[in-house]
Amino acid sequence: MLKKRIIPCLDIKNGRTVKGINFVNIRDAGDPVELGELYAQQGADELVFLDITATNEGRKTFVALVKDIALHLNIPFTVGGGISSVEDVAPLLQAGADKVSVNSSAVKTPELINELVDAFGSQCIVVAIDARQVDGQWIVHTHGGSKPTEKELFSWALEVEKRGAGEILFTSMDHDGTKAGFAIEALKKMCELVGIPVIASGGAGNMEHFEEVFQQSDADAALAASIFHFREIGIPDLKAHLKTKNIAMR
Amino acid sequence: MNTVIIKYNAGNTQSVIFALNRLGIEPEVTGDFEAIRKADKVIFPGVGEASSTMRYLKELKMDQLIPELKQPVLGICLGQQLMCAHSEENDTTCLGIFDQEVKRFIPEQKEKVPHMGWNELFDTKGNLMKDLPDPNVYFVHSYYVPVNEHTSAKTNYITPFSAAMQRDNFYAVQFHPEKSSAQGQKIIQNFIELCD
Repeated sequence: MLKKRIIPCLDIKNGRTVKGINFVNIRDAGDPVELGELYAQQGADELVFLDITATNEGRKTFVALVKDIALHLNIPFTVGGGISSVEDVAPLLQAGADKVSVNSSAVKTPELINELVDAFGSQCIVVAIDARQVDGQWIVHTHGGSKPTEKELFSWALEVEKRGAGEILFTSMDHDGTKAGFAIEALKKMCELVGIPVIASGGAGNMEHFEEVFQQSDADAALAASIFHFREIGIPDLKAHLKTKNIAMR
Repeated sequence: MNTVIIKYNAGNTQSVIFALNRLGIEPEVTGDFEAIRKADKVIFPGVGEASSTMRYLKELKMDQLIPELKQPVLGICLGQQLMCAHSEENDTTCLGIFDQEVKRFIPEQKEKVPHMGWNELFDTKGNLMKDLPDPNVYFVHSYYVPVNEHTSAKTNYITPFSAAMQRDNFYAVQFHPEKSSAQGQKIIQNFIELCD
């Protein structure tokens, strides 16, 4: 049986992990390589490394860090942030990244998804979508959720699939940071619409939220950041809890 | 011990190199026929689309070299599919090491394609699969090889399929051992330690 995936997300700035890391048992909590290894040992199914400064400041994700992560990590990982061309992706994959995620640049130039898929295959192209509800409609936002766009979430998700993306990482800006649970209704709808895997992101605050998202929607994976970094939820505990609820876990 | 990774237009081989590095092995990545023939172990990775990859292999005449290799050869992911006779992916004639047809997953109850993520191996047999600490390995694929007489591990997704196969010196896995945690590492180690 295919397992549901638990994915910690690490925000990277200037090669260091940011956004509050609270681990006592590692030497350097800001080191993405060490933190990634720790999560892998704890049973994380996959990792996402996002270069959070990349889009706004036009910086490119640095290949050296990706290579160091790939050398040490024996689970899949996705790299995102500031990717806007085939030329941006090639060095990341050559450095050992398994997948890349694109967000703002795909909204700006949807053909980019086709180009990346043709060049590297569906399996390594994740399209990240940030959206929030505006007047009852889910509207796609870019640039870290700061800029509203013309696009509506579900039609964009369908377009992303049609253009060949291998996976969708959907973050609800309305839920992100609230710790009040995932955007279940929107996730349900998205998973009914698209035939590719969907990663749920935004709103995880406790173990029951993960239970809800897997029981009530067909999300394939759930992503979270601070609750793992601050050790509010341990990955081994979370996976053990979900197993008791008959959710397929590795 | 000399391990060679076949160099061709196969997308990303870096994570396979790193997995070998973690076992203390420095593989040679080469397309040179002599180096490949002389190697103790040969790894045939592959990520991408079948027909364009086969066309590339033919241009390099690797379609003749690979089936004639005598040492242990390990095909990974698309590598396993290309070792079969034919693939439904763009109606592609493949290497014919395993007399099998590679099929596309057809969802029965809204299962998603690609099959992406961690899934269990069962009915495992043979040296490659021995002493695994955990049955879960990482898959990303839309095409599969049906269960057959050469199947050495099965996985269920929509239908039971060949997660691994073996015939003589040829080994093949559909999943990514280089990304499959400690059990993937063990499978690579088992391959490296094979002696025939």
